[in-house]
Amino acid sequence: MADPASNDADHPVRGARSIKLACRGLWKVFGTSAGRFQEMLPGTPSAADLHEAGLIAAVRNAEFAIHEGECFVIMGLSGSGKSTLVRCLSRLVEPSAGEVLFDGRDLLKASERELIEIRRHKMGMVFQGFALLPHLTVLGNVAFPLEVQAVERHARETRAREMIELVGLKGRESCYPRELSGGQQQRVGIARSLAVKPDIWFLDEPFSALDPLIRREMQDEFLRIQSVLKKTIAFITHDFDEAIRLADRIAIMKDGEIIQIGTPEQLITHPATAYVSEFTRDVPRAKVLSVRALMRAPGGQATFAGQVRADARIAAVARQIVESSQPHAVIDGSAGLVGTIDRQQVIDLLVRQDGGQERQK
Amino acid sequence: MTAGAAVAARSSTATPRSIEPWIWAAIALLAVCLHLGRAAVPWAATFPAEWTLPAQTWVSRFVKWLYQDASLGLFTFQELTRGIAWVLQWPLEAAKSLLSTGFERGMGQQAVLIWPPLSWVGVTGVLTVMSCYARDWRLGLLVCGCFLYIAVFGQWHSAMITLSSIVIAVPLGVAGGLLLGILAFRHPMFERAITPVMDLMQTVPVFAYLVPILVLFGFNPVAAMIATIIYALPPMVRNTTLALRRVPTEIVEFGRMAGCSRRQLTWRVMVPAARSGLMIGVNQVIMLSLNMVIIASMIGAGGLGRDVLTALRSLDFGAGLEASIAITLLAIALDRLSQAFAARPPSASSPDEFRPAWRRHPYLLAATSVVAASWLLGWLIPAVQQYPEELQITTGALINETMKWLNVNFFDVIEALKAWVLLNLMVPIKRLFVALPWVAVVAALAYAGWRLGRWRLALLVAALAGFIAVTGQWEKAMQTLYLCGLATLVACALGIPVGILAARHERLNRVVQVIIDTLQTLPAFAYLMPVVMLFRVGDFTAMLAVIAYAIVFPIRYTIFGIRQIDPTLVEAAVASGCTRRQLLWKVQLPLAIPEIMLGVNQTILMALSMLVITALVGTRELGQEVYIALAKADVGRGVVAGICIAFMAIIADRLIQPWVAAHRHRLGIA
Repeated sequence: MADPASNDADHPVRGARSIKLACRGLWKVFGTSAGRFQEMLPGTPSAADLHEAGLIAAVRNAEFAIHEGECFVIMGLSGSGKSTLVRCLSRLVEPSAGEVLFDGRDLLKASERELIEIRRHKMGMVFQGFALLPHLTVLGNVAFPLEVQAVERHARETRAREMIELVGLKGRESCYPRELSGGQQQRVGIARSLAVKPDIWFLDEPFSALDPLIRREMQDEFLRIQSVLKKTIAFITHDFDEAIRLADRIAIMKDGEIIQIGTPEQLITHPATAYVSEFTRDVPRAKVLSVRALMRAPGGQATFAGQVRADARIAAVARQIVESSQPHAVIDGSAGLVGTIDRQQVIDLLVRQDGGQERQK
Repeated sequence: MTAGAAVAARSSTATPRSIEPWIWAAIALLAVCLHLGRAAVPWAATFPAEWTLPAQTWVSRFVKWLYQDASLGLFTFQELTRGIAWVLQWPLEAAKSLLSTGFERGMGQQAVLIWPPLSWVGVTGVLTVMSCYARDWRLGLLVCGCFLYIAVFGQWHSAMITLSSIVIAVPLGVAGGLLLGILAFRHPMFERAITPVMDLMQTVPVFAYLVPILVLFGFNPVAAMIATIIYALPPMVRNTTLALRRVPTEIVEFGRMAGCSRRQLTWRVMVPAARSGLMIGVNQVIMLSLNMVIIASMIGAGGLGRDVLTALRSLDFGAGLEASIAITLLAIALDRLSQAFAARPPSASSPDEFRPAWRRHPYLLAATSVVAASWLLGWLIPAVQQYPEELQITTGALINETMKWLNVNFFDVIEALKAWVLLNLMVPIKRLFVALPWVAVVAALAYAGWRLGRWRLALLVAALAGFIAVTGQWEKAMQTLYLCGLATLVACALGIPVGILAARHERLNRVVQVIIDTLQTLPAFAYLMPVVMLFRVGDFTAMLAVIAYAIVFPIRYTIFGIRQIDPTLVEAAVASGCTRRQLLWKVQLPLAIPEIMLGVNQTILMALSMLVITALVGTRELGQEVYIALAKADVGRGVVAGICIAFMAIIADRLIQPWVAAHRHRLGIA
């Protein structure tokens, strides 16, 4: 398993921002003899050890940190423990061991009352099945989290109307959930989860229950909202394409274990295991990789057809590079010239799916 | 483990199929021998009287102690029951005054009416408006028609007394059931504690717990209402826990994430989200309360129930039938109305929320104006206040005439039919059952239990059967078994084919569904009236009434069993060239057998509960024991006989359920 700490460190943007939510040595085991698990700690019992004790680990020793304003995607197939993990982070599911640090404070030590306060003011969650209350209108649903905090009617409805407008449902305030399409229902779910201005926003497979076209539209909507609000996000999905579209960083889970954490680009260029490369195989690389990942070190060449930025996606500059037989200079803001890239490299990447990786070596 | 070892292991725990018939034959032989040799071993043929336990006396003594001496610290048990009765009396009186008698000042002869009751126009109008609100004008028409019938046929006064007790009993039953259900949902320990109690409450015939209530609360409408609430409570509790458990996990998680406190989570998230499931429970409470109306009149409820009971006792069929129909119509109206409220989505979206109140609530306005208008008009025109007697129609005389005519002209035919069935079918079977030695019956039941559920079930079944013998109820229980068994057999023999036909023909199915829905709405007593009119009293009449009451269940379960078969299986059978007959016998019936057996199980339970009611027409089994106990206020006798009936139902249930489970498992549809 890749060390999460080092992953954080070598990411260019992270260092500056503070950590919003982190977990250390987080475990969730299911089984009748939970007491036996406590005896195995501290230590990292293997799956076989647990099996012997009649236990199943849904989350095994999870460790990561989500930074302020970051969209952190937890990706895994069904049964990989990703939903349990996100529920452990909000203590909807009580973890068996470990720490969940929210603004530096261990959530697992919070009392029931404190937890209610934290959930009321600092957390929002969107669910796969929408989880709208059938007896309330759109307005009532969005205002509900404020209503349980006893916010007075006018204030909470004003706030709810703002949120409804944000997700583009203005005019449907007095509809009931059953009168809306799936996509619209999830928009209500999103508006509702944002009504309390949460510090951390959990989204549990929010678009998995939607048709592919609607899903794409909702992802765009999500990106738009995120560009405005800049929330700290824990986003669960089983769809790798969705993950690379939305994520700043992705954690890949398998059998309860996080096997790699990294930016989409890192996962493609440096997959930790064969399992990860299996996921990344069919990804359209040009859309994920940046020029930096593909460029060669500058080799004394003087004539360039033009310049491209090192952090530009290949897909965005491909046409420009391919149209010229001369290589392009790769520049990185302050550092100036950092490498070169030519037509052949880009064509190889576009034509051969595994081209990028070969070039890299 | 090798295949051979697996086979060996299985045959060591299960009796090989080949010897099973021999064991049954041996038990049958034992029965014959014990019967023939009853002079030599009298204790094995009939349970010796000196072995019986005086359970009846114990129960009677306990209730007497409870009533006379028991103290709960601050107050005695008697004070507690009186307190409950006193508290419940107020709302009941108020409802009765509002709907039926009006508010009076003073007592007895000097009473002065200070405020008239709601007029018949007002009540009918309000309920019609409610129906329109809950569904549409068609339901409004139906409900209006039902209440008009009640007014026109002169049943208004009684019907309103009945309605007033329903109006109080239902909310109390619903609220109590809801609270207990939530408690059971929250605390599994509590659920485990009340489940067996509710099982027993639902299998013990109602009459049986009327007796202790009669002793503790007396003979009055409040006691009757308490009995009604107790009777109607268990399904509400069950429905509540079930509905809460079925609330999607994500909705609960949302509630927790929104920061709901436990109370907010229960009342603002879970209960509203479980609404449709809860409304099914409310509907059941209403139906069971109405079902209880006649029975409750035995311990002091007035109204339609008492009219039917009086008519039945004096064989005045005309009056009895009219009151029965009135109860039925009341039941149909309230059933459809509550179902409409259950199915009604939250009020449709109204884009403009800033209209005046009277525009936003047109139905409320309509209902209030109906009440106000009928009240005002009631002062001016007496006919609005009270349906004029000269416009009442009664078919009582006509029905009695018809009965007379039928009896004069067809007496011989009817009597011949009855006598033939009795002599050739019922009496021989009854003799056979009564002659069965108890030891052999217990052995057969225990063996069946062992086959289906090993020692635990064998012991349970034998213990339950043993209880019946030990308390000295064996012979009466056998008579119950014979009537119940025969009625179940006939009901299934008629009902299953009807179910098969209906399942295979959509058109017929629609007709059958309407009929069985209506039949299930009828209170049990309604079945008794017409049969008694034709066949007088006796076992034959009782059997017919039980069949009529229980036949709905084999039909319903058969249709369900055939319809729930995976359609691809049927398509596969058709594609491989099955004729319709082959399809039925080779595919549909084998796959539907588990559901059909559940239907049989339900039929047995219903037959047993109906038998107690047919005691009114002079059967001689356990139901009659309960009925007599009620008349004599003999708690021990009633409770013991009631428990025996419950045990018979439990034996049938515990034997059929594992059989169904095993069969399903074999079919791979567990």
